[in-house]
Amino acid sequence: MTGAETFLPAAHGADVYALGGAVLVGLGVWGLLALRHLLRRVVAFNVIGSGIFLFFGAIAARGGGAPDPVPQALIITGIVVALSASALAVTLVAALAQRRGGAVLPGEGRQPPEAPTATPPAAGRAEG
Amino acid sequence: MTGTMTGAAALLLDLLLVALVAFAGWAALAGRGVFRAVVFFIAYGLLVALGWVRLGAVNVALAEAAIGAGLTGVLLLATVGRLERAGAARDVPPVRGAAAWVPALAGLGVTGALVWAWFALPLPESPGPALAEALPRSGVENPVTAVLLNFRSWDTLLEAIVLLAALLGVWMLGRDGDWDAPLGLRQHVRPGGVMAGFGRVLPPLGLLVGVWLLWAGADAPGGAFQGGTVLAAVIVVALMAGVATPPGVSALPLRAALVLGPGVFLGAGGVLAALGGGFLTLPEAQAKVVIVAIEAALTLSIAVTLAGLVLGPPTAANGTAEGGAEPNANGPAAGRRA
Amino acid sequence: MSALVLLLVLPLAAALATLLAPRAAPALTLGSAAAGVGAALRLAQTVAQDGVQAIALAGWAPPLGITVAADGLAAAFVLMTALVMLAVALAAKVDLAPGRAGARVAFGFWPIALLLWGALNAVFLSRDLFNLYVGIELLTLAAVALVALSGKPGALVAAMRYMIFALAGSLLYLLGVVLVYGGHGTLDVGLLAARTPAATDALALALMSAGLAAKTALFPFHVWLPPAHAGAPAPASAMLSGLVPKASFVILIRLGFEAMPDQAGAGALLLLGLMGAAAVIWGSLRALSQPRLKLIVAYSTVAQLGYLFLVFPLAGGDGAAQPWAAGAWTGAMFQALSHGLAKAAMFLCAGLWVMAAGGDRLTDLRGLARPMPMTAMAFGLAAVTLMGLPPSGGFTAKYLMMTAAFASGQWGWALVLAGGGLLAAGYLYRPMAEVFARDCPVTPQPVARAWQAVPLALALAAIVLGLISAPPFDLLQVGRPAAAEVGL
Repeated sequence: MTGAETFLPAAHGADVYALGGAVLVGLGVWGLLALRHLLRRVVAFNVIGSGIFLFFGAIAARGGGAPDPVPQALIITGIVVALSASALAVTLVAALAQRRGGAVLPGEGRQPPEAPTATPPAAGRAEG
Repeated sequence: MTGTMTGAAALLLDLLLVALVAFAGWAALAGRGVFRAVVFFIAYGLLVALGWVRLGAVNVALAEAAIGAGLTGVLLLATVGRLERAGAARDVPPVRGAAAWVPALAGLGVTGALVWAWFALPLPESPGPALAEALPRSGVENPVTAVLLNFRSWDTLLEAIVLLAALLGVWMLGRDGDWDAPLGLRQHVRPGGVMAGFGRVLPPLGLLVGVWLLWAGADAPGGAFQGGTVLAAVIVVALMAGVATPPGVSALPLRAALVLGPGVFLGAGGVLAALGGGFLTLPEAQAKVVIVAIEAALTLSIAVTLAGLVLGPPTAANGTAEGGAEPNANGPAAGRRA
Repeated sequence: MSALVLLLVLPLAAALATLLAPRAAPALTLGSAAAGVGAALRLAQTVAQDGVQAIALAGWAPPLGITVAADGLAAAFVLMTALVMLAVALAAKVDLAPGRAGARVAFGFWPIALLLWGALNAVFLSRDLFNLYVGIELLTLAAVALVALSGKPGALVAAMRYMIFALAGSLLYLLGVVLVYGGHGTLDVGLLAARTPAATDALALALMSAGLAAKTALFPFHVWLPPAHAGAPAPASAMLSGLVPKASFVILIRLGFEAMPDQAGAGALLLLGLMGAAAVIWGSLRALSQPRLKLIVAYSTVAQLGYLFLVFPLAGGDGAAQPWAAGAWTGAMFQALSHGLAKAAMFLCAGLWVMAAGGDRLTDLRGLARPMPMTAMAFGLAAVTLMGLPPSGGFTAKYLMMTAAFASGQWGWALVLAGGGLLAAGYLYRPMAEVFARDCPVTPQPVARAWQAVPLALALAAIVLGLISAPPFDLLQVGRPAAAEVGL
């Protein structure tokens, strides 16, 4: 970013991935706020996460030479943490769909009826 | 980034790859249909992994491909299946009308702020010198493994516990009446089908790759999390192919396997503290032995935990798995007190 | 092993042990919580006598390694948490033990509660921004599992909504952490305090603060909290409401007063204060109109957390160098500590009443003071703390913050403090009027006195915090950010 390093392809590469990461984070934020199907929101979380990681990876690769290993280690930790959260989230989505019906939070629109594969699960039963 | 490529060609390749990543990410979010969105997400993860290779982060590329794309993708696909059976896989249109501007502006705002930040960030030199001085004393050659299992081992210990917490959370989402059942959905595999063949061929192969990733991780890209993921895939494929049946929560070997890695990690930290070295402080001479021992235990636990996350909560064979109509949405009232 | 390391290791080790021996889980939890109280007392004593206790984990000093440290703030929060955990373990023995609750809940509650405790200690003691991220994610996953524990559809909806807010908050925080590393090459709070400011610091702090505010349920990010806290079993609610929001708040304090006090602009501090004031008023008004006790107590948490954010305009930014800043900062910590004790007591009371009367509608509670005087007493004492009446910890908190508001000429915040106390009296009067009613229309199930003593002990601890406020006040001053050094 400074001086002669600007001309190294590595610096350009870092630029490209940093900007790509920025775009992905923005895309994910849009998805998180605009999408209502809960599984899509989980996907949006993952897109934001990987965008942040790419941006971080670009930070680690700045200035050419061997990339800084500390961000790489943090990113691996972050990927595992994101997977843990995603696993709990998707199981929650499935449990909600099975016991309440639908994969949309109440008050956030309705899901169109399913093709005739199955009778809809009893929605709102045993609400307590 | 690579010596064999000219700067312009490398830049073009990077631009193309990032454009593909962005397109796949957009398709995963805005494309039609939940199932297709998940497929695009898996492609997206694999493309991101290529990006990591280009950034010179092979360790991260392995983690992204195995965990970010592979395991997350399998989890999402399995959930689509569960949603279909519950009649909830239909897509929902995104927010429309005037309210649609808010998400769009928020997304643009965040992207804009990050683009600005990238060009405004200073270039600090640390931890370069400190790291170069410390690496030879870490016990391993792979600097990423040195950070994960020596310099910042407390992070990694907590991370292993995070996985365990997620699994306990997943188990709590099962039905009371299914609690004694084996983990996950019953799979019906045709004896001569592709899956059954897969199930016989893949496990030994995966076992080799997983163990190699663990072993190589000390000095080359790889490590407990990447190796554990491959082993988890082996477990899941074997179970899906009907080679073995999944255990229930009451199986002590299952719970012991979950506890082993974090337990060895915590125990080693505690023993080292009791010996006067300080919590998690590895003596330089034995650092490699301790790291490999911790990683081996962690790999097993990570593999079992990840497989458990994919399988999901205990589920009775005649329960929710088949068809949408369930006998009893709340199960027997075992968890309810009078 | 030092008390500090023991407090990090013990909850996690106990959680692993409960997985191996689920039948022994209540005993293991109880034993480790009792040992935790002992270790926390010892740590607080050491900190009070010898100053901040810091350890470079794994033997590597930052920027390479992670430092954990107990200053007065951390020691006080760790002690409060250990006390609440001990009470929760005792209360859960009553209705979440194997054989009493369903097999699923009886298996899962104990390790999850212990992991939650481990995460809280890790967050209170860590000095590394990324390590704090891992800790707070562990906390989030454990908390979501507790919210969903009952398995009812309503609880699952609450858990999902909570998870969306919490994960969004975590990612905002993580993005800020990435910018901090990019600008300074370190994540250590101490090293960051001595950094050369970078142009991106304000953006990083804004992102982290927004994420942490969402996780602390600051108005208008509070909508997830009431159904999540009210829908869980009582011992789980006690942890969720009394303890969990304090973790993200403490990180906010670490950022705003220790790592980057220079970046906290007057406008941002005012905004945080205004959102806190809105939380006090809105949470109280909503609490006034709830038909169920647990929802009243949960909305009260929204209001009580609002007070914490008044610390930013009263003691942050340029005001940090003023003489009143120390009082305002300490007052906010007193508020967080006494709310933790009192709110946990209230949820445990609610649990006992639900056990006795079969429900928590206000009409269900009618006349319960006569058969359950100790529980009514505990609820009343906890209410005294939440209203900020003397001689409670809540009173000390409000007194310190109000003095700072007057000294700094920021009268508006004093009005919020006073008005919030009146509103609390209003929304707590409704359940108390029912409980202390002379007639008792139904015959309640008998509840053992030993069980009733648990919330009473917690509520008394919140009173003691005000009655004997000098030792905790002095403890909180150990390692308090230098900017607010001069006392009032």
